[in-house]
Amino acid sequence: MPTIISINNLSKTYASGFSALKNVNLNIEKGEIFALLGPNGAGKTTLISTICGIVRPSEGTVTVAGRNIVTDYRKTRAMIGLVPQELTTDAFETVWATVSFSRGLFGKAPNPALVEHILKSLSLYAKKDNKIMTLSGGMKRRVMIAKALSHEPEILFLDEPSAGVDVELRKDMWNIVRGLRDTGVTVILTTHYIEEAEEMADRVGVINNGELILVEEKKLLMRKLGKKQLTLELQQPLTGVPSEFDEFHLELSQDGTNLIYTYDTQGERTGITTLLKELNERGIRFRDLSTKQSSLEEIFVSLVRKK
Amino acid sequence: MNIHAIKSIYYFEMSRTARTIMQSIISPVVSTSLYFVVFGSAIGSRITEIDGVSYGAFIVPGLVMLSLLTQSVSNASFGIYFPRFTGTIYELLSAPISPLEIVIGYVGAAASKSIVLGSIILATAGFFVPLEIAHPFWMLTFLVLTSITFSLLGFIIGIWADGFEKLQIVPLLIITPLTFLGGSFYSINMLPPFWQTVSLFNPVVYLVSGFRWSFYEISDVGVGVSVAMTGVFLVLCLAIISWMFKTGYRLKN
Ligand SMILES: Nc1ncnc2c1ncn2[C@@H]1O[C@H](COP(=O)(O)OP(=O)(O)O)[C@@H](O)[C@H]1O
Ligand SMILES: [Mg+2]
Repeated sequence: MPTIISINNLSKTYASGFSALKNVNLNIEKGEIFALLGPNGAGKTTLISTICGIVRPSEGTVTVAGRNIVTDYRKTRAMIGLVPQELTTDAFETVWATVSFSRGLFGKAPNPALVEHILKSLSLYAKKDNKIMTLSGGMKRRVMIAKALSHEPEILFLDEPSAGVDVELRKDMWNIVRGLRDTGVTVILTTHYIEEAEEMADRVGVINNGELILVEEKKLLMRKLGKKQLTLELQQPLTGVPSEFDEFHLELSQDGTNLIYTYDTQGERTGITTLLKELNERGIRFRDLSTKQSSLEEIFVSLVRKK
Repeated sequence: MNIHAIKSIYYFEMSRTARTIMQSIISPVVSTSLYFVVFGSAIGSRITEIDGVSYGAFIVPGLVMLSLLTQSVSNASFGIYFPRFTGTIYELLSAPISPLEIVIGYVGAAASKSIVLGSIILATAGFFVPLEIAHPFWMLTFLVLTSITFSLLGFIIGIWADGFEKLQIVPLLIITPLTFLGGSFYSINMLPPFWQTVSLFNPVVYLVSGFRWSFYEISDVGVGVSVAMTGVFLVLCLAIISWMFKTGYRLKN
């Protein structure tokens, strides 16, 4: 796949002196769905805003289809559609007017048939003459997507598309994104939900404190992230893990009352049944058990530590 | 040139006005009529002619200017401030559109509204006093130039303002006083010499004077000076706006 967006040594320091992006390098491939994962304040919105022309880069360059976003902004911006994180709409405008406005702003001649098609695909057509302020939050989000698609962009940015969105709209949105990908549109979305990246993305980038920590094929990453921990609360404390259990790489808590087994949810077998059976055979009994998936925060922490 | 974008912005701004059409037209018509009743008839009947023009007719150009200046500034400043306030400015900043095109769209719309408004006020004035326009071409030139210049000023204010108060303060505390003190309702020559000199620092004096000349061929300062000063002011506004876009002032982080 050819590269469509190339980010080179990009840094952003805000006027406050805060460094929101630190030497970011990333290539986005044409036609892929790329998920940018990161906790709040990581710099996701800053990165997107820079590529779209809303924030000025402090250092480094970005090219879109080989063109510089600063010197050749007309060409690059015409290729991009942006659905920002915040729900900002012209409350007094109708759905139809605001979507048509966006198309014109991006330099395209009016095309009512296309606007109609977009509104229908987003289940907005029935509301086309309604003022935006009369719509629900979910509907407003759809309007913003319609605006971003109005000029037939080749690249679509979705900044936290799932924030404050109900399950139905999230499913719809995922379908729309897949539909777009099928027509060759490159999609970059930011999220802090692992499931969303898992559901949608071809590749995932993880950003934290303005640094791009890793970029990986989703499948590989999910295997790394797909670890779970089983904690067994023992009736009798142990002084050490019996050697028979070496293959399970068990950990014992300091006071010897908890046995912790880390396993891979993506693996063929988790090994839980065998472990429990063997514990039973050795007469190690437990009072209670719990499982826990590493939270995204923990994953970020471990990723940052590894660095 | 992204013509489609300019058109979009222009129509967007014009339709915003269309929604408040009653308020945009009725209020200037009402206030103009009031000025005529108060100044033209009640007080004007006791004032002799100024330079051979009846007082009622004398104030017509000043009245038009007063509305033109305040409306241009408030329309244009609101037009660009509102998307900054709501956040929809993101779309403008991410669109393939140059600063010049943004200015043409917003300032063009604000100036168009002012020109329409000026014409309505003139028509209203025609009900109260006989209108004679000695130099229609220059009258139109002043009308258009002033509308554009003060819409540019409004655009600057709309980018500079960081709250609705500032948006209102400039027309209220600067434009209106300057207009009243700029010879809208009197001739500068009626002032003591000292205040005549002070008045020459008020840019509105040149606008009103030139505009009045196009009606009655009487003026406080030379017409050439009036045109030149308007031009200087226009270029100054353009320079400030281009600086704002170049530095991203209050538009981009
Ligand atoms: N205009 C600004 N001025 C100063 N700091 C900012 C500005 N915008 C964002 N930041 C800071 O930059 C960091 C990254 O913000 P952002 O890109 O919005 O993160 P994310 O989208 O990943 O949550 C945050 O710490 C935020 O406070
Ligand atoms: Mg964000």
